[in-house]
Amino acid sequence: MSSETQQILTTDGIPLSVSLKKAERKNKIKAFLLVVPLLLFLIITYILPIGDMFMRSIDDKMVTNMLPKTFTAMEKWDGKEMPPEEVFAGFYSDFKILVQNKEHGKLAQRLNKEKNGFNSIIKKLFRQVQRNKIDEGRSIKEQIMKVHKRWRDVEYWQAIKRTAPPYTTAKYLKGMDMYYGPDGNIMQVDEDRRIHRILWLRTLEIAFFVTLFSFLMGYPIAHLLATLPMKYSNLLMICVLLPFWTSLLVRTASWMILLQQQGIVNDFFVMIGLVADDNRPEMMYNKVGTYVAMTQILLPFMVLPLYSVMKTISPSLMRAGKSLGGTPFVAFWKIYFPLTIPGIGAGCLLVFILAIGYYITPALVGGASGTLISNQIAYHMKTTLDWSFASAMGLMLLTGVLVVYWVYNKLVGVDNIKLG
Amino acid sequence: MSKNQEFVKFDKVDKSYDGKVLVVKDLNLDIAEGEFITMLGPSGSGKTTCLMMLAGFETPTNGEIYLDANPISNIPPHKRGIGMVFQNYALFPHMTVYENLAFPLKVRKISKDDIDKKVDKALSMVSLSGFENRMPAQLSGGQQQRVAVARALVFDPTVVLMDEPLGALDKNLRESMQYEIKHIHENIGVTVVYVTHDQSEALTMSNRIAVFNDGKVQQLSSPDKLYEEPVNSFVAEFIGENNTFGGEIIDLSNGTCKVKLSHGEIFANPISVKSKGDRTTVSIRPERALINPENKMDNNHAGTIEEVIYHGDHTRVRLNLLGNSEFILKVPNSSKNLDIKLGNKINIGWNSQDARALDPK
Repeated sequence: MSSETQQILTTDGIPLSVSLKKAERKNKIKAFLLVVPLLLFLIITYILPIGDMFMRSIDDKMVTNMLPKTFTAMEKWDGKEMPPEEVFAGFYSDFKILVQNKEHGKLAQRLNKEKNGFNSIIKKLFRQVQRNKIDEGRSIKEQIMKVHKRWRDVEYWQAIKRTAPPYTTAKYLKGMDMYYGPDGNIMQVDEDRRIHRILWLRTLEIAFFVTLFSFLMGYPIAHLLATLPMKYSNLLMICVLLPFWTSLLVRTASWMILLQQQGIVNDFFVMIGLVADDNRPEMMYNKVGTYVAMTQILLPFMVLPLYSVMKTISPSLMRAGKSLGGTPFVAFWKIYFPLTIPGIGAGCLLVFILAIGYYITPALVGGASGTLISNQIAYHMKTTLDWSFASAMGLMLLTGVLVVYWVYNKLVGVDNIKLG
Repeated sequence: MSKNQEFVKFDKVDKSYDGKVLVVKDLNLDIAEGEFITMLGPSGSGKTTCLMMLAGFETPTNGEIYLDANPISNIPPHKRGIGMVFQNYALFPHMTVYENLAFPLKVRKISKDDIDKKVDKALSMVSLSGFENRMPAQLSGGQQQRVAVARALVFDPTVVLMDEPLGALDKNLRESMQYEIKHIHENIGVTVVYVTHDQSEALTMSNRIAVFNDGKVQQLSSPDKLYEEPVNSFVAEFIGENNTFGGEIIDLSNGTCKVKLSHGEIFANPISVKSKGDRTTVSIRPERALINPENKMDNNHAGTIEEVIYHGDHTRVRLNLLGNSEFILKVPNSSKNLDIKLGNKINIGWNSQDARALDPK
């Protein structure tokens, strides 16, 4: 036998693989054309915005573009002593253009974020430049240093130098309550001002417990759904799905009616004598409200994957377990439960990921102690207009979700997920 | 040691699911220790319900079931110590073959060494040694079936229930599994209660067969008696092939009776007829009727051949005889092939002892 593998030819002498490709090409093109709209849709509505968000979150080109000559001159400066005359000259000519274009305000705002105190000294310099008080014939360094004592402080020049790179990760650090110190080190925000870390932890905590509660409540419901006779299980299924079909806002609002201090649940507690009328517990505008409302709203996402998995488990398996001598608990724990793990995985992943980015419900019933990171993102989008910070936090959230997904894949395996 | 003849005893058991219809009616059934008993019947006849009551998954609506003289209605399934083979095997899909077999032993807190020994023994019994680490999904239907049998036997139960265990296998495999299960039973002497709707399976395997219909045991006897001596027309019809004549008793004496049919008269063996004028269905097995009998037979009639079907080892002949156009004959192909041609008239004879006059249909 010859060692080389013989190429298989079709009857007309063309290699088989070539013929096959030719025959399949038309179908492949057709199949591709069919998915093109979806692909475009995904790119336009998903990939591009995320890319844009990412660029926005690291973008720091504003100062770079405003002070080109300053930064060119600063390249030779060691950053320890006061900068040399060229830096001042470059800064002055950049600043003059900003004054002409009335853009010095933006610069002041941006630099003030880098180091407090820039606002007033830039205003002061602006007035000097406007009144043509700076003599370009003499040393500009001397003149600027005279405008305000802070211009003589090397720390302010260091702060300007730090804004030179067109990209920055400062927003991400800020999202984790950290910042770049004067010498470029990463520093922690003072303990009493670390609000984002609290929000992240709270978001994880609430997502975790909402997932846990949904699981504890959803598992028996799904089991009932899968084992009841059709007549009853259909009715129960409608009960599970009915809230699903109701507007999210309506459901959240109805929880507000139920949970408020003069609300129905409290009235009921008072009626059965569980709490005193003048000592009604607060169940809204705190974590309790967030837990209750989010669990109820996300429950179907747990029940449905569980149900679809349980439906495929033959009842004879439990019977076999019992007939072989397992107590009902052993039969459940050793046989039924392991077989539902794909559904548990899918349900928990779904609920956790939805909960981690939940917005409306915590915003309405969460109050101060029940708001999540998504509410903070919305706040920066709508109120402070710090879009780059909002983008950075959004991307951190997305990364968190991807990490959860990755860990899940390592632990359970995504192939084992069963959504329906 | 004499065997307990009432090892399993159904005592006046009734079962209803909806409170309107009785699925099992006044069932009395004794099963001897070490016996292979088959519950045979059409679907909906109550046989599986009986099995489920014995296993403990259904409770009798009335009456009591005894296992070795102990009433078991209040004992939950896992304490009954009854092995069961399910229709779709019910192997645990997330466990290996070894883990499946070890499950009943583990819950009984048997030591690891003993578990290994018992699993080994059970697997070699069903000739599956070396398959310990396979998952059920990696096995063929027949292999899964063997694992299910091994699992039901591995913890040495006193009774094993089998609920149509061979239903999902193809014909050849089913037949070889029938022999295999029969041999396992003979070797270890466990009491087997087997449910099937396949009569040839029941005839091949069982010591005794209980024919179920309409929630009742129609007849309980050994396979040969069941076939040769059915006590009513349902059993005659359900087990094997059967030629029937409907008619009226016009004479009853000396252990034979004369039955008047729509066309002619025949002699028959009165089984469930009491007196003249009773309506009856006369049942004759196809192989009991002969063509041109040499010996004198007390029934002799001429019929017309309407259909001839070649079956390899024998030929089936459909005749029109005494107004019954569905009369079947089985002619062995080794015999001199007489005059079997479509449209021929031939002479058919049978003994009145083999024509059983049963209850009317």
